[in-house]
Amino acid sequence: MNPRLTALVRGAAPLIAIAALAVLLLVVAPATLSSFRLNNLGKYICWAIAAVGIGLAWGRGGMLVMGQGVFFGLGGYAMAMHLKLEAAGPEGIPDFMTLYGNGTMPGFWEPFRSGAFTLVAILVLPAVAATILGWAIFKRRVKGAYFAILTQALAVVFATLLIATIQETGGFNGLNQFTSFFGYNLYDPVNKRMVYSIAAGLLIACLLVVWQLYRSRFGELLVATRDAEERVRFLGHDPANIKLVAFVVAAMMASVGGAMFAPIAGIISPSDVDATASIFLIAGVALGGRALLLGPALGALTVGYGRTTLSETFPTQWTYFLGLLFVVVILLLPRGVGDLPRTLRSALKRSTA
Amino acid sequence: MSIQTRTPDELGQDYLEIRGLTVDFDGFKAVKGVDLTLLQGRLHFLIGPNGAGKTTVVDAVTGLVRGTGLASYRNQDLLTMRSHQIVRAGIGRTFQTATVFEELSVLQNLDIAGGVHRRAWGMVLARRGVPAYVEHALEAIGLTELRDKPAGTLAHGQKQWLEIGMLLVQDAKVMLLDEPVAGMSAEEREETGELLRRIGQERTIVVIEHDMDFVRNYADVVTVMHTGTVLAEGSVAEIQANPQVQEVYLGRQVEAAATTEVEEGDHA
Repeated sequence: MNPRLTALVRGAAPLIAIAALAVLLLVVAPATLSSFRLNNLGKYICWAIAAVGIGLAWGRGGMLVMGQGVFFGLGGYAMAMHLKLEAAGPEGIPDFMTLYGNGTMPGFWEPFRSGAFTLVAILVLPAVAATILGWAIFKRRVKGAYFAILTQALAVVFATLLIATIQETGGFNGLNQFTSFFGYNLYDPVNKRMVYSIAAGLLIACLLVVWQLYRSRFGELLVATRDAEERVRFLGHDPANIKLVAFVVAAMMASVGGAMFAPIAGIISPSDVDATASIFLIAGVALGGRALLLGPALGALTVGYGRTTLSETFPTQWTYFLGLLFVVVILLLPRGVGDLPRTLRSALKRSTA
Repeated sequence: MSIQTRTPDELGQDYLEIRGLTVDFDGFKAVKGVDLTLLQGRLHFLIGPNGAGKTTVVDAVTGLVRGTGLASYRNQDLLTMRSHQIVRAGIGRTFQTATVFEELSVLQNLDIAGGVHRRAWGMVLARRGVPAYVEHALEAIGLTELRDKPAGTLAHGQKQWLEIGMLLVQDAKVMLLDEPVAGMSAEEREETGELLRRIGQERTIVVIEHDMDFVRNYADVVTVMHTGTVLAEGSVAEIQANPQVQEVYLGRQVEAAATTEVEEGDHA
């Protein structure tokens, strides 16, 4: 093959892979899966959206973000609050507030009656939170294990806060019993399929965003910062700003994932956003291959599927299987399963050489 | 980057002036009141025994450690600026161990160094073609053939050249090179020396070096440091004739070779 054609194919390969995934998720899956299974797949897709962001921050940026549940939760709760108010009707207040509280609604709920405000909040809330947080962390040059522990602690704090505020956020039960999604009845299977398609479309969109970021100069600079931060400083860049951008984008993607999770799962609760949930997201990314384009998304889909299947067969022991898988992958394939072809190829080269 | 007015380096008058530079590490003064004037077009060598404070001077000027005194370049005091701002002001440096981005290609390494000159929005675009300044740098350092190789596969000497190439792309007007020929073969040293001469015409280049042959062959000006102070400054011949220098620096090498004379008297 002539070299220009090879280069063209190599350049287009990621796009072809994304397109194949799009066909699989948007055409094949709705046509073959039962509505129950399709709904489950929808949940995995929401985790995959968050995982794509983690791939950017951790795989390419070297920041082990152990608290993405927080941003997943920001988006999830923002959406859930809107859906809750939609279910309550105009002037109505969410049912749990009369159940656990004195029947008055906290002021911060009010703007979420507006669908437009909610959609903007889903993107802006995590962006602002991540910017403030990231600024404080990266300018102080906090990195490595300290960064991981800090973000993990945030997830713990966030979940604890939610559980403690039962009158404002539904506490341990979270927010559930949504009836409609922006005017579409959620009990109608056609509408459920539409919500699924939106989530799948958003996953594809996020993949396209990171595809462009990875091939851009920013992507090169991010990898450079991951591998030699001090050297980047002496190229005239402030590494803090580069990491901040990746961190904020990752937070926004997690938020989008959470926002779609609420209507698909029908519930968002502290257990969906706490430290354990955050680690599940990380596990998927590590499994699939954190620095690869499709690795994080495919890993998250697999872990989600494994979670359901294993918990159906082994209701109590299934987490051990997942833990074991995680340990095996980290030990044998630190770059993830997606890197297996490359590992084999280099092993083959070594044995023939 | 079209520059309308003539800059000091175009006029051949660029310089970096260091006055009374002191670096204090919790009470231990690694550098004590160093004065240096570094002029464009002269290869300025900084020599001295280990622990003399050579690298610390460079660290202070590039914002890696805090120093007091004055380091002025084009009316800016570098000691008050942060590392990446100092780089943007036109001061570039290399480190004792060559640090290139191993997973990126030679071309990507050079391209990334040109990022300072780009607008933020251009960053989200992919690279198209090779910018002229990257092409020039590739030619200057003689790595055109290897441009698509991962930098991690380069030989040690080539990595050092790549680093110098990155400074060229970054358009550093002042280059502070920390032992650029360490571990190089004789031919590589010669090539490096010629490269520094070529690019040194329109730049201010400072080289920290231990290899006395390299210093003798290429230095226009030599500054000898000892225990954090400037001991002597002058041409290679002047430095070699200086009795103080012979005692603390060159003398030791002679001594090591001859092992006859016992060092005595006061330490300067």
